[in-house]
Amino acid sequence: MLNRISTFLYRRPKLVLALLLLPPLLWFVVVYLGALLTMLINSFFYLDGFTGKVVPEFTLRTYAKLFETTNLQIFGRTTLMAALVTLACVAIAFPLSYYIARFASPRLKTWLYLAVTIPLWSSYVVRVYSWKLILAQEGIVSWFARLVRLDGVLGWYLGLPAVGGPSLSVSATGVFLVFVYIWLPYMIIPIQTALERVPKSLIEASGDLGANSAQTFRNVILPLAFPGVVAGSIFTFSLTLGDFIVPSLFGNSSFYIGKAVLAYQGTSGNIPLAAAFTMGPIVIMVVYLLIARKLGAFDAL
Amino acid sequence: MSDSAVLFKNVSRHFGDVKAVDDVALEVKDGEFFSMLGPSGSGKTTCLRMIAGFDRPTSGHIYLYGQDVSNLPPYERSVNTVFQDYALFPHMTVEDNIAYGLMIKKVSRAQRMKQVDDMLDLVRLPGFGHRKPSQLSGGQRQRVALARALINHPKVLLLDEPLGALDLKLRQQMQVELKNIQQRVGITFVFVTHDQEEALTMSDRIAVFNQGKIEQVGTPAEVYEHPATSFVASFVGTSNLVSGEVAKRITGSDARFSIRPEKIHLAAPSQQMGAEMFAADGKVRDVVYLGLYTRYLVELDGGGDLVVVEQNLKTTSMDVMKVRGQKVRLFWQKDHVRYVGG
Repeated sequence: MLNRISTFLYRRPKLVLALLLLPPLLWFVVVYLGALLTMLINSFFYLDGFTGKVVPEFTLRTYAKLFETTNLQIFGRTTLMAALVTLACVAIAFPLSYYIARFASPRLKTWLYLAVTIPLWSSYVVRVYSWKLILAQEGIVSWFARLVRLDGVLGWYLGLPAVGGPSLSVSATGVFLVFVYIWLPYMIIPIQTALERVPKSLIEASGDLGANSAQTFRNVILPLAFPGVVAGSIFTFSLTLGDFIVPSLFGNSSFYIGKAVLAYQGTSGNIPLAAAFTMGPIVIMVVYLLIARKLGAFDAL
Repeated sequence: MSDSAVLFKNVSRHFGDVKAVDDVALEVKDGEFFSMLGPSGSGKTTCLRMIAGFDRPTSGHIYLYGQDVSNLPPYERSVNTVFQDYALFPHMTVEDNIAYGLMIKKVSRAQRMKQVDDMLDLVRLPGFGHRKPSQLSGGQRQRVALARALINHPKVLLLDEPLGALDLKLRQQMQVELKNIQQRVGITFVFVTHDQEEALTMSDRIAVFNQGKIEQVGTPAEVYEHPATSFVASFVGTSNLVSGEVAKRITGSDARFSIRPEKIHLAAPSQQMGAEMFAADGKVRDVVYLGLYTRYLVELDGGGDLVVVEQNLKTTSMDVMKVRGQKVRLFWQKDHVRYVGG
């Protein structure tokens, strides 16, 4: 019987293909694109301020709200934060990945790889909360600052506008630090993979043609690793754009996109505005990828 | 000293317990096409990498035109390499690949492009400058790799099995072309290969490597006609190695000797020989018809085999197959026999 079925399928490769593709396609179209489409449609509806009900009529007035100063500030603040977090992640991840990919012995490489990924095994919320303890007013950082008599510097820094706050755990700096911490593995892994894929002979060829290590790095290694940097930055950038937990726990009263979506959708039931807000990061990411393509990030793929 | 392009003095390279290169002395003359021939793992590529500077000798010294370069990094040596996998930069065009060495030397862009065009002409790829390496065939990549190395006017060009990935026809064509280019630019070529035919075709001189040591250095004819050791006899071309009892029956001495299959003649068992000939009787056990020539495996009376090759001047496959199983007499000139040690 089983034999008969397999012969039947063997003779109809197209049927096999259809059977294999149907479940993932269904999942993708219905769940992924469907959800996105629902959101898109909802963003063109509006909330009746008087009744508090969503009016399913096509309108652009929800989108118009995005362009109010407060909301533009939210977009600006979030994009800036995502960009800074991405830059910091690149700055930390690149040397580390370079070491793992090109210098570490196979044994050490395994351990380092493990060390990078272990944090991903535990709950994100738990790890974020542990940072609360590190950054709190009576936390490890301020304790250490007092120990080395730098508490004055810390106090001065927290007094600065924009980056400061009552303590590190209630400040933009805190949000930044925790973001860099939680998204770092997503930057290390793609960069390391890209660096591993640069053949040794290319590096030798560059040296052979007269380039010293710095020139080889700039002309050969960096361009070939760049797709990895872009891949990593897509993670760090988009994850920061959409996250609401870190700003809620560490931020002061200033809103970020994720936090705003949660507030509009959850608290005030303004689903159209929340949906319109979500379109923001999508547009920002598209622009981001276009810039990356322009910079030649995908040339070596 | 100045007319030796490359000089190895007691060079060894050990990887842990493995002696990849074991106390090698070697001299490559200026303007020579020099081949390093040997099976994989014989140390020839390690020697090449030490000339390029990718590897450093564990002990001993390497000189380039009289200068001790044993501890210089690759970018401070006036040698260039054509890599086995070509190692073209995938993110650059053919043009930028070839101009890479000049760009590093900060030659102006206009100057670079002019020289690149000359190089593309030299390797017969005019108009290919704007392509990416991924848009080229294996043979074309090979030529780009060659142009990229030659544009720097190295004193010595190192080639690491550059034809290994090409098909037979293209390989033979490139062999002739490489030799032509070498004669035109007049640069010393050091060529690594495991293909004895390739080495014989192109080289002025050949060094035969085995287990980290050089077994023989000589012109193609010397290496082929006068193999110094039994390894050289069997690795360069095919050889019948005869020793012990069998050798004694033929030559009267049990000293080991080698005889090339093409030097042996097949004759009827009754054939009379002159005193300048060695002879052996046997039965044809196997016949392989190869178009241009036929290979016979002859089982000698009283033990031992000899391989014999004869050109198919008049015979056809039908004719040669009839010989199978027949009794024959083999004979060859005494001065074609090489007595080889080890």
